[in-house]
Amino acid sequence: MSVVGHQPPPFFKRGPAPLARLAFFVVLSLALLVFDLKYRYLELARQGVAAVLYPVQRAAYAPVDLYGQLTGYFGSLKAAQQENEQFRRKELESANWLLRQQHLEQENQRLRALLDMKTKQPVPGTLAEILYTARDPFSRRVVVDRGGQHDVVAGQAVVDESGVLGQVTRVFPLQSEVTLITDKNQAVPVKLVRNGLRSVLFGAHAGQLELRFLAANADVQPGDLLVTSGLDGIYQPGLPVAKVSRVDRDAAYSFARILCEPVAGVEKHGQVLILGAREPLPPQIEEAEARDKPSKGRKAKRKEQAAQP
Amino acid sequence: MTIQPTHSSRRILLPVRQWFILFSLAVAFFLNLIPLGHAIGVPDWVALTLAFWCVREPLRIGMGTAFVFGVLMDVAAGSVMGQHSLAYLLLAYAAGGLSRRILWFPLVQQALHVLPLLLATQLVMVATRLAGGADFPGWGYFLGSFSGALLWFPLTFVLLLPQYQPVERDENRPI
Repeated sequence: MSVVGHQPPPFFKRGPAPLARLAFFVVLSLALLVFDLKYRYLELARQGVAAVLYPVQRAAYAPVDLYGQLTGYFGSLKAAQQENEQFRRKELESANWLLRQQHLEQENQRLRALLDMKTKQPVPGTLAEILYTARDPFSRRVVVDRGGQHDVVAGQAVVDESGVLGQVTRVFPLQSEVTLITDKNQAVPVKLVRNGLRSVLFGAHAGQLELRFLAANADVQPGDLLVTSGLDGIYQPGLPVAKVSRVDRDAAYSFARILCEPVAGVEKHGQVLILGAREPLPPQIEEAEARDKPSKGRKAKRKEQAAQP
Repeated sequence: MTIQPTHSSRRILLPVRQWFILFSLAVAFFLNLIPLGHAIGVPDWVALTLAFWCVREPLRIGMGTAFVFGVLMDVAAGSVMGQHSLAYLLLAYAAGGLSRRILWFPLVQQALHVLPLLLATQLVMVATRLAGGADFPGWGYFLGSFSGALLWFPLTFVLLLPQYQPVERDENRPI
Protein backbone atom coordinates (compact mmCIF):
# COMPACT_ATOMS: atom_id res chain seq x y z
CA MET A 1 0.00 0.00 0.00
CA SER A 2 1.66 3.17 -1.10
CA VAL A 3 0.65 6.56 0.11
CA VAL A 4 1.64 9.60 -1.91
CA GLY A 5 5.11 10.68 -0.79
CA HIS A 6 5.65 7.45 1.11
CA GLN A 7 7.06 5.02 -1.45
CA PRO A 8 8.59 1.84 -0.10
CA PRO A 9 12.36 2.26 0.15
CA PRO A 10 14.18 1.03 -2.98
CA PHE A 11 16.63 -1.21 -1.09
CA PHE A 12 15.09 -4.45 -2.18
CA LYS A 13 14.24 -3.59 -5.79
CA ARG A 14 17.25 -4.99 -7.54
CA GLY A 15 15.78 -6.47 -10.67
CA PRO A 16 16.42 -10.04 -11.75
CA ALA A 17 19.08 -12.09 -9.99
CA PRO A 18 22.67 -11.55 -11.19
CA LEU A 19 22.93 -15.09 -12.50
CA ALA A 20 19.76 -14.67 -14.56
CA ARG A 21 21.05 -11.39 -15.97
CA LEU A 22 24.39 -13.02 -16.74
CA ALA A 23 22.70 -15.89 -18.55
CA PHE A 24 20.60 -13.47 -20.62
CA PHE A 25 23.57 -11.35 -21.70
CA VAL A 26 25.80 -14.36 -22.34
CA VAL A 27 23.19 -15.82 -24.66
CA LEU A 28 22.94 -12.43 -26.38
CA SER A 29 26.73 -12.21 -26.82
CA LEU A 30 27.00 -15.77 -28.10
CA ALA A 31 24.22 -15.02 -30.59
CA LEU A 32 26.15 -11.96 -31.76
CA LEU A 33 29.30 -14.06 -32.09
CA VAL A 34 27.63 -16.79 -34.11
CA PHE A 35 25.74 -14.37 -36.34
CA ASP A 36 28.90 -12.42 -37.08
CA LEU A 37 31.32 -15.32 -37.53
CA LYS A 38 29.03 -17.71 -39.34
CA TYR A 39 26.47 -15.68 -41.23
CA ARG A 40 27.89 -12.13 -41.40
CA TYR A 41 24.44 -10.67 -40.74
CA LEU A 42 25.67 -7.84 -38.57
CA GLU A 43 27.54 -5.73 -41.13
CA LEU A 44 24.71 -3.20 -41.28
CA ALA A 45 24.63 -2.76 -37.49
CA ARG A 46 28.40 -2.45 -37.52
CA GLN A 47 28.23 0.23 -40.20
CA GLY A 48 25.72 2.20 -38.13
CA VAL A 49 27.74 2.10 -34.93
CA ALA A 50 30.95 2.83 -36.83
CA ALA A 51 29.39 5.93 -38.41
CA VAL A 52 28.54 7.24 -34.95
CA LEU A 53 31.99 6.38 -33.63
CA TYR A 54 33.84 7.93 -36.59
CA PRO A 55 34.41 11.42 -35.07
CA VAL A 56 35.59 9.86 -31.80
CA GLN A 57 37.98 7.65 -33.70
CA ARG A 58 39.36 10.59 -35.66
CA ALA A 59 39.82 12.51 -32.41
CA ALA A 60 41.66 9.55 -30.87
CA TYR A 61 43.88 9.42 -33.94
CA ALA A 62 44.87 13.07 -33.46
CA PRO A 63 47.60 12.54 -30.81
CA VAL A 64 49.25 9.84 -32.90
CA ASP A 65 49.04 12.06 -35.96
CA LEU A 66 50.52 14.98 -34.05
CA TYR A 67 53.37 12.81 -32.80
CA GLY A 68 54.09 11.65 -36.34
CA GLN A 69 54.09 15.22 -37.62
CA LEU A 70 56.36 16.42 -34.83
CA THR A 71 58.90 13.66 -35.36
CA GLY A 72 58.70 14.31 -39.09
CA TYR A 73 59.30 18.01 -38.51
CA PHE A 74 62.24 17.51 -36.22
CA GLY A 75 63.57 14.60 -38.25
CA SER A 76 66.89 15.44 -39.78
CA LEU A 77 67.17 17.06 -43.17
CA LYS A 78 69.67 14.42 -44.09
CA ALA A 79 67.09 11.65 -43.94
CA ALA A 80 64.86 13.57 -46.31
CA GLN A 81 67.77 14.17 -48.69
CA GLN A 82 68.72 10.51 -48.63
CA GLU A 83 65.15 9.52 -49.37
CA ASN A 84 65.03 11.99 -52.23
CA GLU A 85 68.24 10.57 -53.65
CA GLN A 86 66.87 7.06 -53.36
CA PHE A 87 63.66 7.97 -55.16
CA ARG A 88 65.58 9.71 -57.96
CA ARG A 89 67.74 6.64 -58.50
CA LYS A 90 64.67 4.42 -58.51
CA GLU A 91 62.93 6.68 -61.00
CA LEU A 92 65.92 6.56 -63.34
CA GLU A 93 66.08 2.79 -63.02
CA SER A 94 62.43 2.40 -63.88
CA ALA A 95 62.48 5.09 -66.59
CA ASN A 96 63.70 2.55 -69.10
CA TRP A 97 60.59 0.44 -68.55
CA LEU A 98 58.18 3.31 -68.17
CA LEU A 99 59.27 5.01 -71.39
CA ARG A 100 58.78 1.85 -73.36
CA GLN A 101 55.56 0.90 -71.64
CA GLN A 102 53.39 3.33 -73.61
CA HIS A 103 54.86 2.07 -76.84
CA LEU A 104 54.38 -1.54 -75.77
CA GLU A 105 50.81 -0.95 -74.69
CA GLN A 106 49.97 0.62 -78.02
CA GLU A 107 51.61 -2.25 -79.82
CA ASN A 108 49.72 -4.71 -77.65
CA GLN A 109 46.44 -2.98 -78.43
CA ARG A 110 47.11 -3.09 -82.16
CA LEU A 111 48.09 -6.76 -82.04
CA ARG A 112 45.01 -7.59 -80.00
CA ALA A 113 42.87 -5.69 -82.50
CA LEU A 114 44.52 -7.66 -85.31
CA LEU A 115 43.82 -10.93 -83.54
CA ASP A 116 40.25 -9.75 -82.83
CA MET A 117 40.67 -10.25 -79.08
CA LYS A 118 38.99 -8.29 -76.35
CA THR A 119 41.20 -5.38 -75.35
CA LYS A 120 42.39 -5.25 -71.78
CA GLN A 121 40.76 -2.46 -69.84
CA PRO A 122 42.99 0.03 -68.09
CA VAL A 123 42.76 -0.30 -64.31
CA PRO A 124 41.78 2.83 -62.42
CA GLY A 125 43.14 3.27 -58.93
CA THR A 126 42.49 5.36 -55.83
CA LEU A 127 45.38 6.74 -53.82
CA ALA A 128 44.92 6.21 -50.10
CA GLU A 129 46.95 6.62 -46.97
CA ILE A 130 47.29 4.07 -44.22
CA LEU A 131 46.05 5.74 -41.04
CA TYR A 132 46.79 3.11 -38.44
CA THR A 133 46.88 -0.58 -37.66
CA ALA A 134 43.55 -1.91 -36.45
CA ARG A 135 43.52 -2.57 -32.71
CA ASP A 136 42.43 -6.20 -33.04
CA PRO A 137 45.59 -8.22 -32.19
CA PHE A 138 44.19 -11.43 -33.66
CA SER A 139 44.32 -10.30 -37.27
CA ARG A 140 46.54 -8.19 -39.48
CA ARG A 141 44.54 -5.28 -40.77
CA VAL A 142 45.12 -1.61 -41.41
CA VAL A 143 42.71 1.27 -41.81
CA VAL A 144 43.03 3.56 -44.83
CA ASP A 145 41.51 7.00 -45.31
CA ARG A 146 39.33 6.22 -48.32
CA GLY A 147 35.90 4.67 -48.01
CA GLY A 148 32.47 4.29 -49.55
CA GLN A 149 32.32 8.02 -50.29
CA HIS A 150 35.33 7.59 -52.59
CA ASP A 151 33.78 4.60 -54.39
CA VAL A 152 35.85 2.00 -52.61
CA VAL A 153 34.18 -1.41 -52.66
CA ALA A 154 34.93 -4.41 -50.48
CA GLY A 155 37.05 -6.91 -52.40
CA GLN A 156 39.34 -4.46 -54.18
CA ALA A 157 43.05 -5.24 -54.22
CA VAL A 158 45.48 -2.86 -52.50
CA VAL A 159 49.08 -2.45 -53.70
CA ASP A 160 52.03 -0.28 -52.81
CA GLU A 161 54.96 0.69 -55.02
CA SER A 162 56.56 -2.75 -54.91
CA GLY A 163 53.76 -5.30 -54.70
CA VAL A 164 50.45 -6.54 -53.35
CA LEU A 165 49.60 -5.38 -49.84
CA GLY A 166 46.18 -6.86 -49.25
CA GLN A 167 42.52 -6.57 -49.95
CA VAL A 168 39.74 -4.23 -48.84
CA THR A 169 37.51 -6.29 -46.57
CA ARG A 170 35.22 -3.78 -44.91
CA VAL A 171 34.12 -0.38 -46.16
CA PHE A 172 32.92 2.45 -43.97
CA PRO A 173 31.71 5.79 -45.36
CA LEU A 174 35.04 7.59 -44.94
CA GLN A 175 37.45 4.79 -44.11
CA SER A 176 37.99 1.22 -45.08
CA GLU A 177 39.68 -1.75 -43.55
CA VAL A 178 42.36 -3.58 -45.52
CA THR A 179 43.28 -7.13 -44.58
CA LEU A 180 47.00 -7.63 -45.20
CA ILE A 181 48.24 -10.66 -47.08
CA THR A 182 50.07 -11.74 -43.91
CA ASP A 183 46.74 -12.37 -42.16
CA LYS A 184 46.17 -16.04 -41.43
CA ASN A 185 42.83 -16.16 -43.22
CA GLN A 186 43.86 -14.19 -46.29
CA ALA A 187 44.61 -16.26 -49.37
CA VAL A 188 46.19 -15.02 -52.61
CA PRO A 189 46.28 -17.23 -55.71
CA VAL A 190 49.80 -16.94 -57.09
CA LYS A 191 52.11 -18.45 -59.63
CA LEU A 192 55.88 -18.78 -59.82
CA VAL A 193 57.44 -16.49 -62.38
CA ARG A 194 60.21 -18.99 -63.21
CA ASN A 195 58.05 -21.94 -64.22
CA GLY A 196 54.41 -20.84 -64.00
CA LEU A 197 53.61 -23.21 -61.14
CA ARG A 198 50.25 -22.21 -59.61
CA SER A 199 49.43 -22.28 -55.91
CA VAL A 200 47.76 -20.36 -53.11
CA LEU A 201 49.61 -18.16 -50.62
CA PHE A 202 48.45 -17.87 -47.00
CA GLY A 203 49.58 -15.70 -44.12
CA ALA A 204 51.82 -17.34 -41.53
CA HIS A 205 53.38 -16.29 -38.23
CA ALA A 206 55.41 -13.11 -37.76
CA GLY A 207 54.61 -11.32 -41.00
CA GLN A 208 55.61 -14.25 -43.20
CA LEU A 209 53.67 -16.09 -45.86
CA GLU A 210 53.30 -19.76 -46.57
CA LEU A 211 52.84 -21.49 -49.91
CA ARG A 212 50.57 -24.41 -49.20
CA PHE A 213 49.52 -27.56 -50.98
CA LEU A 214 52.61 -27.98 -53.14
CA ALA A 215 54.04 -31.48 -53.43
CA ALA A 216 57.28 -32.22 -51.57
CA ASN A 217 59.15 -32.48 -54.86
CA ALA A 218 57.68 -29.30 -56.37
CA ASP A 219 60.13 -27.18 -58.32
CA VAL A 220 60.44 -24.25 -55.89
CA GLN A 221 63.73 -22.64 -54.90
CA PRO A 222 64.57 -19.92 -52.39
CA GLY A 223 64.60 -16.60 -54.19
CA ASP A 224 61.76 -17.41 -56.60
CA LEU A 225 59.37 -14.54 -57.21
CA LEU A 226 55.62 -15.14 -56.83
CA VAL A 227 53.13 -13.03 -58.75
CA THR A 228 49.34 -13.06 -58.69
CA SER A 229 47.89 -15.58 -61.09
CA GLY A 230 44.64 -13.68 -61.61
CA LEU A 231 42.57 -16.84 -61.42
CA ASP A 232 40.51 -15.45 -58.55
CA GLY A 233 39.05 -12.58 -60.54
CA ILE A 234 40.09 -10.10 -57.83
CA TYR A 235 43.80 -9.43 -58.22
CA GLN A 236 45.17 -8.33 -61.57
CA PRO A 237 47.44 -11.04 -62.94
CA GLY A 238 51.18 -10.43 -62.69
CA LEU A 239 51.42 -8.27 -59.55
CA PRO A 240 54.46 -9.23 -57.46
CA VAL A 241 53.43 -10.69 -54.11
CA ALA A 242 56.29 -12.46 -52.36
CA LYS A 243 59.71 -14.02 -52.58
CA VAL A 244 60.41 -17.58 -51.46
CA SER A 245 62.72 -17.44 -48.46
CA ARG A 246 62.92 -21.03 -47.22
CA VAL A 247 61.91 -24.45 -48.53
CA ASP A 248 61.70 -27.41 -46.14
CA ARG A 249 61.24 -30.77 -47.79
CA ASP A 250 60.41 -33.42 -45.23
CA ALA A 251 59.81 -36.91 -46.56
CA ALA A 252 57.37 -37.55 -43.71
CA TYR A 253 54.89 -35.05 -45.15
CA SER A 254 53.40 -35.12 -48.59
CA PHE A 255 53.55 -31.33 -48.91
CA ALA A 256 56.63 -29.13 -48.82
CA ARG A 257 56.76 -26.34 -46.25
CA ILE A 258 57.55 -23.19 -48.19
CA LEU A 259 57.94 -19.86 -46.40
CA CYS A 260 57.94 -16.56 -48.26
CA GLU A 261 58.64 -12.92 -47.50
CA PRO A 262 56.21 -10.31 -48.80
CA VAL A 263 57.60 -8.00 -51.49
CA ALA A 264 55.51 -4.99 -50.48
CA GLY A 265 56.20 -3.08 -47.27
CA VAL A 266 53.31 -4.91 -45.63
CA GLU A 267 53.97 -3.92 -42.04
CA LYS A 268 55.00 -0.35 -42.84
CA HIS A 269 52.84 2.72 -43.11
CA GLY A 270 52.50 5.02 -46.07
CA GLN A 271 50.67 5.61 -49.31
CA VAL A 272 48.90 2.78 -51.05
CA LEU A 273 46.89 2.37 -54.23
CA ILE A 274 43.45 0.76 -54.16
CA LEU A 275 43.05 -0.86 -57.56
CA GLY A 276 39.71 -0.66 -59.32
CA ALA A 277 37.51 -3.70 -59.60
CA ARG A 278 38.51 -6.15 -62.31
CA GLU A 279 36.39 -6.96 -65.29
CA PRO A 280 34.38 -10.07 -64.39
CA LEU A 281 35.78 -13.44 -65.36
CA PRO A 282 34.04 -15.37 -68.13
CA PRO A 283 31.17 -17.47 -66.77
CA GLN A 284 32.02 -20.93 -65.51
CA ILE A 285 31.55 -23.71 -67.98
CA GLU A 286 28.30 -25.45 -67.19
CA GLU A 287 29.33 -28.78 -68.64
CA ALA A 288 30.63 -29.96 -65.27
CA GLU A 289 27.26 -29.32 -63.70
CA ALA A 290 25.53 -31.31 -66.40
CA ARG A 291 27.93 -34.19 -65.86
CA ASP A 292 27.12 -34.26 -62.14
CA LYS A 293 23.45 -34.94 -62.82
CA PRO A 294 23.37 -37.34 -65.74
CA SER A 295 19.86 -38.68 -65.02
CA LYS A 296 18.28 -35.26 -65.34
CA GLY A 297 20.18 -34.60 -68.54
CA ARG A 298 19.10 -37.89 -70.05
CA LYS A 299 15.50 -37.24 -69.14
CA ALA A 300 15.67 -33.86 -70.75
CA LYS A 301 17.21 -35.41 -73.85
CA ARG A 302 14.50 -38.01 -74.00
CA LYS A 303 11.88 -35.31 -73.70
CA GLU A 304 13.55 -33.42 -76.51
CA GLN A 305 13.62 -36.54 -78.65
CA ALA A 306 9.99 -37.18 -77.84
CA ALA A 307 9.10 -33.65 -78.78
CA GLN A 308 10.98 -33.70 -82.07
CA PRO A 309 8.98 -36.24 -84.14
CA MET B 1 40.92 22.23 1.42
CA THR B 2 43.39 19.42 1.26
CA ILE B 3 42.78 15.95 0.06
CA GLN B 4 43.63 13.16 2.39
CA PRO B 5 45.46 10.44 0.46
CA THR B 6 44.29 7.37 2.30
CA HIS B 7 42.30 4.53 0.87
CA SER B 8 41.26 2.60 3.94
CA SER B 9 37.69 1.44 4.02
CA ARG B 10 37.12 3.43 7.23
CA ARG B 11 37.33 6.60 5.22
CA ILE B 12 33.85 7.97 4.55
CA LEU B 13 33.45 9.04 0.95
CA LEU B 14 30.84 11.23 -0.66
CA PRO B 15 28.30 9.30 -2.74
CA VAL B 16 29.35 8.69 -6.31
CA ARG B 17 27.61 10.46 -9.17
CA GLN B 18 26.26 8.32 -11.98
CA TRP B 19 27.41 10.75 -14.67
CA PHE B 20 30.98 10.53 -13.40
CA ILE B 21 30.96 6.74 -13.76
CA LEU B 22 29.77 6.99 -17.35
CA PHE B 23 32.18 9.85 -18.05
CA SER B 24 35.16 7.84 -16.78
CA LEU B 25 34.09 4.89 -18.92
CA ALA B 26 33.82 7.17 -21.94
CA VAL B 27 37.33 8.50 -21.29
CA ALA B 28 38.60 4.92 -20.98
CA PHE B 29 36.92 4.09 -24.27
CA PHE B 30 38.61 7.07 -25.90
CA LEU B 31 41.99 5.94 -24.53
CA ASN B 32 41.35 2.50 -25.99
CA LEU B 33 40.70 4.03 -29.40
CA ILE B 34 44.12 5.68 -29.63
CA PRO B 35 45.78 3.62 -32.35
CA LEU B 36 49.02 2.26 -30.95
CA GLY B 37 49.18 -0.63 -33.36
CA HIS B 38 49.92 -3.93 -31.71
CA ALA B 39 52.05 -2.39 -28.95
CA ILE B 40 52.66 -4.87 -26.15
CA GLY B 41 51.61 -4.16 -22.58
CA VAL B 42 48.99 -1.49 -23.26
CA PRO B 43 46.19 -2.09 -20.76
CA ASP B 44 42.58 -2.41 -21.80
CA TRP B 45 41.35 0.81 -20.19
CA VAL B 46 37.66 -0.02 -20.53
CA ALA B 47 38.09 -3.40 -18.84
CA LEU B 48 40.09 -1.80 -16.05
CA THR B 49 37.64 1.03 -15.40
CA LEU B 50 34.71 -1.34 -15.64
CA ALA B 51 36.32 -3.66 -13.09
CA PHE B 52 36.93 -0.70 -10.81
CA TRP B 53 33.32 0.52 -10.82
CA CYS B 54 31.91 -2.99 -10.59
CA VAL B 55 34.01 -3.52 -7.47
CA ARG B 56 33.21 -0.11 -5.99
CA GLU B 57 29.57 0.31 -6.98
CA PRO B 58 28.10 -3.08 -7.83
CA LEU B 59 24.56 -1.74 -7.48
CA ARG B 60 24.99 1.15 -9.89
CA ILE B 61 26.92 -0.47 -12.68
CA GLY B 62 26.91 -4.00 -13.92
CA MET B 63 26.43 -6.30 -16.83
CA GLY B 64 24.19 -4.07 -18.96
CA THR B 65 26.78 -1.29 -19.16
CA ALA B 66 29.52 -3.86 -19.69
CA PHE B 67 27.62 -5.34 -22.60
CA VAL B 68 27.00 -1.97 -24.27
CA PHE B 69 30.63 -0.89 -23.95
CA GLY B 70 31.68 -4.33 -25.20
CA VAL B 71 29.64 -3.93 -28.39
CA LEU B 72 31.06 -0.43 -28.93
CA MET B 73 34.57 -1.79 -28.44
CA ASP B 74 33.88 -4.63 -30.89
CA VAL B 75 32.99 -2.14 -33.60
CA ALA B 76 35.81 0.26 -32.81
CA ALA B 77 38.46 -2.46 -32.70
CA GLY B 78 37.20 -4.13 -35.85
CA SER B 79 36.99 -7.46 -34.05
CA VAL B 80 34.24 -10.04 -34.15
CA MET B 81 30.92 -8.81 -32.75
CA GLY B 82 30.38 -10.31 -29.31
CA GLN B 83 34.03 -10.81 -28.46
CA HIS B 84 34.49 -7.83 -26.17
CA SER B 85 30.89 -7.85 -24.98
CA LEU B 86 31.14 -11.45 -23.75
CA ALA B 87 34.49 -10.83 -22.05
CA TYR B 88 33.40 -7.57 -20.35
CA LEU B 89 30.18 -9.20 -19.29
CA LEU B 90 31.93 -12.00 -17.45
CA LEU B 91 34.35 -9.47 -15.96
CA ALA B 92 31.47 -7.35 -14.66
CA TYR B 93 29.76 -10.39 -13.19
CA ALA B 94 32.89 -11.63 -11.43
CA ALA B 95 33.93 -8.18 -10.20
CA GLY B 96 30.43 -7.46 -8.89
CA GLY B 97 30.31 -10.79 -7.12
CA LEU B 98 33.74 -10.32 -5.56
CA SER B 99 33.26 -6.68 -4.64
CA ARG B 100 32.34 -7.30 -0.98
CA ARG B 101 35.48 -9.37 -0.56
CA ILE B 102 37.91 -7.22 -2.53
CA LEU B 103 37.10 -3.97 -0.72
CA TRP B 104 38.25 -5.39 2.59
CA PHE B 105 41.84 -5.59 1.37
CA PRO B 106 44.46 -2.87 1.02
CA LEU B 107 45.20 -1.66 -2.50
CA VAL B 108 48.08 -4.01 -3.30
CA GLN B 109 45.99 -7.04 -2.52
CA GLN B 110 43.06 -5.53 -4.38
CA ALA B 111 45.29 -5.34 -7.44
CA LEU B 112 46.23 -8.98 -6.93
CA HIS B 113 42.53 -9.81 -6.96
CA VAL B 114 41.94 -7.79 -10.11
CA LEU B 115 44.83 -9.32 -12.06
CA PRO B 116 43.21 -12.75 -12.51
CA LEU B 117 39.95 -11.05 -13.48
CA LEU B 118 41.70 -9.09 -16.24
CA LEU B 119 43.61 -12.19 -17.35
CA ALA B 120 40.36 -14.15 -17.52
CA THR B 121 38.86 -11.37 -19.65
CA GLN B 122 41.72 -11.70 -22.12
CA LEU B 123 41.48 -15.48 -22.03
CA VAL B 124 37.81 -15.30 -22.98
CA MET B 125 38.70 -13.07 -25.93
CA VAL B 126 41.47 -15.42 -27.06
CA ALA B 127 39.14 -18.41 -26.74
CA THR B 128 36.39 -16.79 -28.81
CA ARG B 129 38.79 -15.75 -31.54
CA LEU B 130 40.67 -19.05 -31.70
CA ALA B 131 37.30 -20.80 -31.97
CA GLY B 132 36.61 -18.51 -34.92
CA GLY B 133 39.83 -19.56 -36.63
CA ALA B 134 42.05 -16.56 -35.90
CA ASP B 135 45.77 -16.56 -35.23
CA PHE B 136 47.20 -16.69 -31.68
CA PRO B 137 48.57 -13.20 -30.96
CA GLY B 138 51.52 -14.38 -28.85
CA TRP B 139 52.10 -14.38 -25.10
CA GLY B 140 52.92 -10.67 -25.06
CA TYR B 141 49.21 -10.08 -25.47
CA PHE B 142 48.64 -10.99 -21.82
CA LEU B 143 51.10 -8.35 -20.57
CA GLY B 144 48.29 -5.81 -20.87
CA SER B 145 46.61 -7.37 -17.82
CA PHE B 146 49.74 -7.03 -15.70
CA SER B 147 50.18 -3.36 -16.57
CA GLY B 148 46.47 -2.90 -15.88
CA ALA B 149 46.82 -4.44 -12.41
CA LEU B 150 49.83 -2.17 -11.74
CA LEU B 151 47.62 0.80 -12.61
CA TRP B 152 45.05 -0.14 -9.97
CA PHE B 153 46.63 2.17 -7.37
CA PRO B 154 46.72 5.41 -9.47
CA LEU B 155 43.34 4.54 -10.95
CA THR B 156 41.73 4.26 -7.52
CA PHE B 157 43.15 7.62 -6.55
CA VAL B 158 42.00 9.38 -9.73
CA LEU B 159 38.53 7.86 -9.91
CA LEU B 160 37.76 8.49 -6.25
CA LEU B 161 38.96 12.12 -6.36
CA PRO B 162 35.44 13.60 -6.68
CA GLN B 163 34.31 11.60 -3.65
CA TYR B 164 36.98 12.63 -1.19
CA GLN B 165 35.97 15.01 1.59
CA PRO B 166 38.04 17.81 2.98
CA VAL B 167 39.99 16.84 6.08
CA GLU B 168 39.02 19.90 8.09
CA ARG B 169 35.92 19.45 10.16
CA ASP B 170 33.12 21.89 9.72
CA GLU B 171 30.89 22.45 12.72
CA ASN B 172 27.88 22.85 10.46
CA ARG B 173 28.40 19.38 9.10
CA PRO B 174 28.17 16.32 11.34
CA ILE B 175 30.69 14.09 9.55
